[in-house]
Amino acid sequence: MRKWLCLLLAMFILAAAIPLAGCSNEKEPTKAAYKVGAVFSTSGSQSDLGVPEQRTVDMMVEEINNDGGINGHPLEVIVYNDESDSTKTLSLTTKLIEQDGVLAIIGPTFSGGSLAILDAVKTAEIPNISCAASIKIVTPVAERYWVFKTPQTDVQAIQEIYGYLEEEDITKIGIITDTSGYGASGREYLIAQKGDYGIEIVDDQTFTTGDTNMQSQLTHIKGTSAQAVICWATNKESAIVAQDMVTLGFTIPLFCSHGVANKAFIEQAGDAANGVILPAGKLLVVDDVPSSDPQAKVLKKYRDDYEDIYGEGTVNTFGGHAYDALSMIVMALEEMDEDLSTADAREFIRDFVENDIDAWPGTGGVYTMSPEDHLGMAPGSLALIKIVDEEWTWLQ
Amino acid sequence: MSLDQFLQYLVSGLSQGSIYALAGLGFTLIYAVTKIINFAQGEFVMLGGMLSFVLIRSAGIPMVPALLLSIIIAVAIGAIMYVLAIRSAKKASEVSLIIITIGAAILIRGIAGEVWGVDAVRPPFFTGSETLSFLGARIHPQALWIIGTTIAITIALHLFLSHTMLGKALKACSVNPRAATLVGIDPRAMGLIAFGLAAALGAIGGVVMAPLTLTSYNVGVMLGLKGFVAASIGGFTSPLATVIGGIGVGVIESVAVGVDWGPFTSEYKDAIALVILLVILLIRSGRLAAEERVS
Repeated sequence: MRKWLCLLLAMFILAAAIPLAGCSNEKEPTKAAYKVGAVFSTSGSQSDLGVPEQRTVDMMVEEINNDGGINGHPLEVIVYNDESDSTKTLSLTTKLIEQDGVLAIIGPTFSGGSLAILDAVKTAEIPNISCAASIKIVTPVAERYWVFKTPQTDVQAIQEIYGYLEEEDITKIGIITDTSGYGASGREYLIAQKGDYGIEIVDDQTFTTGDTNMQSQLTHIKGTSAQAVICWATNKESAIVAQDMVTLGFTIPLFCSHGVANKAFIEQAGDAANGVILPAGKLLVVDDVPSSDPQAKVLKKYRDDYEDIYGEGTVNTFGGHAYDALSMIVMALEEMDEDLSTADAREFIRDFVENDIDAWPGTGGVYTMSPEDHLGMAPGSLALIKIVDEEWTWLQ
Repeated sequence: MSLDQFLQYLVSGLSQGSIYALAGLGFTLIYAVTKIINFAQGEFVMLGGMLSFVLIRSAGIPMVPALLLSIIIAVAIGAIMYVLAIRSAKKASEVSLIIITIGAAILIRGIAGEVWGVDAVRPPFFTGSETLSFLGARIHPQALWIIGTTIAITIALHLFLSHTMLGKALKACSVNPRAATLVGIDPRAMGLIAFGLAAALGAIGGVVMAPLTLTSYNVGVMLGLKGFVAASIGGFTSPLATVIGGIGVGVIESVAVGVDWGPFTSEYKDAIALVILLVILLIRSGRLAAEERVS
């Protein structure tokens, strides 16, 4: 009996002490935190993308809260790691919506995960700004009422290359693409858009992910009248194409996809990377961006902030996608009435992103969202980058 | 297709086929001695390449000792795999043992992915990257290393199997394990040697090809498959037949890209190897059935 009494007493004391302890430390605003959810792939096959995204969010939350939060409300971003597995993306998203009661969700990192949560997001009526590539995430837009995204798509990347070819009077090209999802969708858009730029595809070659030699396909292209080669694949296969073109003595330029806009590609392709041209976010060439460019300020600030914390040369476009997504939500929260219910707040954020993100310069591009366009990236948002002496340089 | 182009397809196919051949030799050796098809063979090719990259680039060891060390480590892993997974499953049937090798392959691949990450890497070239020309066809110096290594290994393996006591013992084991035991050959020791040697063959292939083909934790799957095709064409019997099989597949794949067969494009390149395999297996199974009837 005495034991029980002691225990009860102890519990009372504890219960009394906890709020006291809380109070004594509290110097922060007393308003409730705004909770935002994020699902990133900070481990597994997509971790090269997910880690900078998480780092970016950590950095932004700290900065916002050090400046007194959003209208006095601290910002809390709950980040979960889906381990690059779309099944986990879905279960963690559900957890964010139901258990954590977040106002909006940023991420996921990769297209598979982003497509997997479309239904959950729609049913729960919660705004989602994706950091993944596929255009299917935001089209058809009528069915994607709650979903937006910040990264460029294949379509924009290809328009950037084709626009350049048109300027250079290059009309005949050979394409070599991966038969995987990424390469196949690139091939589809390469073929679909060629007419708009007066381009003729004189050779259409493919290879399989994991192939170690593209010389036969390239020999075939070499036998045609192609004035340029476009390769749509990820790092490893693109590196082999670049190298095989050097071995075979090609003199025409090689264009690659934005999928190789990372340092690992340069390491893998070695000397053969030099001369390769690719479309990518301007973040890779911040120092070449003229100050007249609307994105110049945000690019420089993000790069400097990020590299101050995580080291010289660490910035990449993937973290930038998370920066753009979270920035849009923070802008909405700044304009939001404070006493909205969770459901109303979610709706307010969605409406704000759709209607009030107007010519806003982010790291990935200049965004103008609308009911017809949930990516809203203006032409010219991407830079064409040429690899010279194993460094990125801006071509335009 | 002009003559220059044809030569180029031939040369490219030759270097690609040598890669298949190198991957296939280990299958043949292990099958000959133990009657097991070792589906972890591709993983040893991966281990050779990845280890050479890690030792040269991360540990800073000079190239030649790093390459040798990579091969030695791969052999050790092969021997451990034999002792722990194959030999300890004493009375398992051949099919069970083959399934064990698939499990070992998944394990090795998984550990490699965890330890080294998933990015592809490129170890340095042996002798630079200045392209060489040969009758109008162009070839990377590393591809010459690959072709040369394939030839050297085939000759060495042939001499070893038919002109040394150990090689003859291995062969005896493959012909009749029971009779071999009666004359004092220990089949389990021969199994260990076969697995170690196969791991060495795979790893040698891996270190020679990785600078050109790049390597990553999962290349073993594709190389294992193509190596298996090469070995099947060779009937799992002799190293020379395997090499001819591998080079044959490489050259046919390459030339097929150049021949525009109406609707057929390079998309069907991979299918060609599998169709060849199917045809060979059909012919061979017919012949095996006939042999059984005779005996």
